[in-house]
Amino acid sequence: MPVPIKVLKPLVFLLCLVPLAALIWAIVYHPETFSADPYADITDRTGDWTLRFVLITLAMTPLRQISGWNGAVRFRRMLGLFAFFYGFVHFLSYVWFTVFFDVQKITDDVLKRPFITVGFTAFVLMIPLAITSTKKWISRLGGKRWQSLHKAIYITGILGVIHYIWRVKSDIQNPLIYAILLTLLLGYRLWHKFRTVSVVR
Amino acid sequence: MLIKKPNDIPSSEITDESIFRNRRAFLRQLSTAAGIGAIGSVLPACVSAEPAPQAAGKPGPYDVVDEPKTPEKDVTTYNNYYEFGTGKDDPALHAGKFKTSPWTVQVDGVKKPAKYALDDLLKGITMEDRVYRMRCVEAWSMVIPWYGFPLATLINRLEPNPSAKFVEFRSIYAPDQMPGQRNPLTGLDWPYIEGLRMDEAMNPLTLFAVGVYGHKGPNQNGAPLRLVTPWKYGFKGIKAITSIRFVEQMPKSSWQLAYSAAYGFYANVNPNVNHPSWSQATERRLGGSGSSLLGGLLSGANPTRKTLMFNGYADQVASMYTGMDLRKNY
Repeated sequence: MPVPIKVLKPLVFLLCLVPLAALIWAIVYHPETFSADPYADITDRTGDWTLRFVLITLAMTPLRQISGWNGAVRFRRMLGLFAFFYGFVHFLSYVWFTVFFDVQKITDDVLKRPFITVGFTAFVLMIPLAITSTKKWISRLGGKRWQSLHKAIYITGILGVIHYIWRVKSDIQNPLIYAILLTLLLGYRLWHKFRTVSVVR
Repeated sequence: MLIKKPNDIPSSEITDESIFRNRRAFLRQLSTAAGIGAIGSVLPACVSAEPAPQAAGKPGPYDVVDEPKTPEKDVTTYNNYYEFGTGKDDPALHAGKFKTSPWTVQVDGVKKPAKYALDDLLKGITMEDRVYRMRCVEAWSMVIPWYGFPLATLINRLEPNPSAKFVEFRSIYAPDQMPGQRNPLTGLDWPYIEGLRMDEAMNPLTLFAVGVYGHKGPNQNGAPLRLVTPWKYGFKGIKAITSIRFVEQMPKSSWQLAYSAAYGFYANVNPNVNHPSWSQATERRLGGSGSSLLGGLLSGANPTRKTLMFNGYADQVASMYTGMDLRKNY
């Protein structure tokens, strides 16, 4: 590749901050661009970006395998951490704007409402992945164990899409797009696995 | 007690009312100057539907007076009206060209069942302003000055069959004009159907609205004719009504048919009965927060408020449901 990873990485890092910067910019300078329920807009937008970053993260391995560009994998950790970051902001906006830091209400929601249960689980599953995302943790756990642990991101993706489907009242158009993309990304892995197995034979 | 006496009205409310009345007068002058007034002779109901000017700042017995009205911009740009799309801004974007005149309403189960021209149906009925809370099932709420008349006025005039126990309403089916009706993914069947028990329909709170903020329309708020039942969730407020049937069997509403575990026939606002996906105990009151969003965030103020039983209208409606298990009859 003509552009070295060392240069690309900070650029991608800044790019990943654009959705957050745009949101803050709008809050401070252009509040009129929000709907009549700006709090719902913030929660929705950060939720969208969480799912998008999960999907982008999941796209890195197929991108490497299809394009043959090994550099793709070097962005996986950063993108995954951004998925976790936007997931945290999304969770915070729910805690602030919907239940206003009421622990009892959060507990009720998480235990009684499948919509929240799956969204919360999807987020919580990212915590150990974020913690063990360092090189130190890879060697501490061993490559194989580390890899199987980090397959939890598949579950986060699936639960995230279910969370979105249950969030809409009846119109599943947008969640369906995420569901299709996720199916493609996970389906590719399955296909690749079986293909590899048969080639080895 | 939420519905306060007239002397509780804050001065800000009075100013607001006079502003929107003056604007209507201004628009009337404008339309006359432009020659649009001539249309009035073609559509007599337009003239008869002109409001009998209420003394400014004198709210009626059911008006909300101690909570600020949601700005007209928010009331008319943040709508659930799936016929025009599922986005909150879709109705305002796509309902502009919707044809609301001429308009007919098929009336059945009455003394003289027929397809009535809306103008004939409303002839002689005086429009009034009613400031009501509107609680959406999605846990947000507004305070909206509806422009319309009590449904009971029309029902008395129509003389329903004595055997009628319910009234069923149907919206227009016009996929050529309504993009949402062409979209198979909205999850709703068309036309939109709603219903009320007869006593609910006759309750003095129940309105047929032709507009908001002292004028007819706009289309995204349900013109030319919509239902308003302020103690029920907003989806009960069926819009663009083209059929009214007085029946003996309880009608099945559109949302009931789509997802009966979440949406029942009664749809009474009830903080103790939750949606499967979210709590109904609190709500966010919308309006004007956009301009002070940063201030609101920095102040750390609680953006939610407690939802009231029957949306604060228990005094007027609770007696209709005595002895009923509202957990089952949601």
